[in-house]
Amino acid sequence: MSLRKRSRLNRFLVVELPMLAVLTFTLGPYLWMLITSLSPQSTLFTQGPSIWNATVENYTRLFETVGFGKNLIDSLIVATGTVVVGLSLSITAAYAFSRFNFRGKRILMLQFLLINMFPLVLLILPLFIFMRRLHLLDTHIALIIANSTVAIPFSIWMMVSYMNGIPRSLDEAAMTDGCTRLQALRRVVLPLCLPGIIATGIYIFITAWNEYLYALTLGGREVRTITVAVQTLIGEYEVQWGLLTAGGIVGALPATVLFLLVQKRLISGLTQGAVKG
Amino acid sequence: MTRPELSISPPRRGLGRRVLPYAMLSPAVLVTLAIVFLPMLQTAWMSLHDYVLFRPNVFDFVGFKNFKAALQDEVFWISLRHTAIWMAATIPAQLLLGLITALLLNQEFSWRPLARALVIIPWALPSVVIALMWVWIYDSNYGIANEFLLRVGLIQKAIPWLADPQTALAAIIVTLTWQGFPFFAVMILAGLQSIPRSYYEAASIDGASTWRQFWHITLPGISGVVATAVLLRLIWVANSFDVIFVMTGGGPGYSTYTLPLYAFIKARTNLDFGYGSAVAVLFTAMLMVVVVFYLRRARNAVST
Repeated sequence: MSLRKRSRLNRFLVVELPMLAVLTFTLGPYLWMLITSLSPQSTLFTQGPSIWNATVENYTRLFETVGFGKNLIDSLIVATGTVVVGLSLSITAAYAFSRFNFRGKRILMLQFLLINMFPLVLLILPLFIFMRRLHLLDTHIALIIANSTVAIPFSIWMMVSYMNGIPRSLDEAAMTDGCTRLQALRRVVLPLCLPGIIATGIYIFITAWNEYLYALTLGGREVRTITVAVQTLIGEYEVQWGLLTAGGIVGALPATVLFLLVQKRLISGLTQGAVKG
Repeated sequence: MTRPELSISPPRRGLGRRVLPYAMLSPAVLVTLAIVFLPMLQTAWMSLHDYVLFRPNVFDFVGFKNFKAALQDEVFWISLRHTAIWMAATIPAQLLLGLITALLLNQEFSWRPLARALVIIPWALPSVVIALMWVWIYDSNYGIANEFLLRVGLIQKAIPWLADPQTALAAIIVTLTWQGFPFFAVMILAGLQSIPRSYYEAASIDGASTWRQFWHITLPGISGVVATAVLLRLIWVANSFDVIFVMTGGGPGYSTYTLPLYAFIKARTNLDFGYGSAVAVLFTAMLMVVVVFYLRRARNAVST
């Protein structure tokens, strides 16, 4: 009995206490931002952030005076558009990589891997000139295209990893029953990897939602995503930290919630290749 | 189906089968060619020209003039040095903290699923929000960093972390460590869970201590994942400059300039796209060394 008690104490000291310390470091800044955003502006600097007289005045100001609602809609359009482009282009490509052997397969796969390795700064300058020439600056389309440069290769890699997990014999069985390749893809493979597709889509959504540099360079006036809006707040309302942190919380919330929802499946997809390699 | 059709269909099908994968790939390949590879070539092309956006009609070929200018530019070397310091400090810090977190998460305790989910939160946050909250934490008058360190007695007076050239880079390194260590934790945890439990059982029957088990089973077991994660992270950390851009904009002075940030600011603020492109190309060339190492590892993963 006492031995068991000691091992529980031991476990607490060696595992749970350090884990709590790591979590404090991880969540501390976020919680500090949350508390600040709930503190009344009038007492923030005299009494410091506190939750005793919590208020939502910063949040109402954010939507009524600063107009955060429109920024949220802009972000929503851009992120959703990127998900549609990213997924629709990558499903057939991933199927081809997963099911066929053909000349140039390796090169093409590496090409998609390589895209994400190039520095963003190498792409952002020509994309700016490209969009300006096409008069697409400050439109949702420009941001969707820019975000797709990351989303397409990423989702191809994720989908290949999910599709590889579905036995080939299933497609073959469908084809013996008279399906064509594309029917086999649509009726057998797609439904089976639907959870993977959803996870990939959500991850693309999060990345596009969080994206800042393209949104700043290619948009900014008419189309101002939430990240650019938050950054503009820093400039305009420099010392009004209640308002600023409220902006931060609103900007981070959708991505955080979505991420927590799919983290398990997403992580298994992300780490699969790395563990094998 | 009639008989003649059947006799025609096999060769047609064979051709179809050969073309089909390319047909399925072509939309994705064509789009990436148009929006990724062509623009990249254009950057290389711009870097060989005098191209300043407020003189849009001037696009003179100048050969390697921009590159020569960059190599003689003091700010270029300062930025390069910061990029090196920044990566040499951030990646090991992320790795160490990630390894510790992964080892903890690999133990049995009742609230492990909760801890695992919460630990990843920094990874999901927009970099602008990360920058914003750390600027607030580092605030010289009301920031909690100063208050905490003052109370503990580690510092005697408040430090303007981001406004002081001596501390700005270090302050940003702490922020980036915070942002990036969950990635290592998740990757290493996956590696840890792929090590068969029987190895540890056999080792403890043979009387191996916990430390020896860690050294001879755990470390070799996760070395592959760690190498991949470090290479990936090197590439990502080197590429990303959004957190720095929002936190300090490169300042005070040039004290938090890194190479990609310098290229971006040159183009964005000075509108000098020729020079900015040249810096971007030079930076990419350096980064490619890391990428080649990564691709060597990835190729093995592709072929299996």
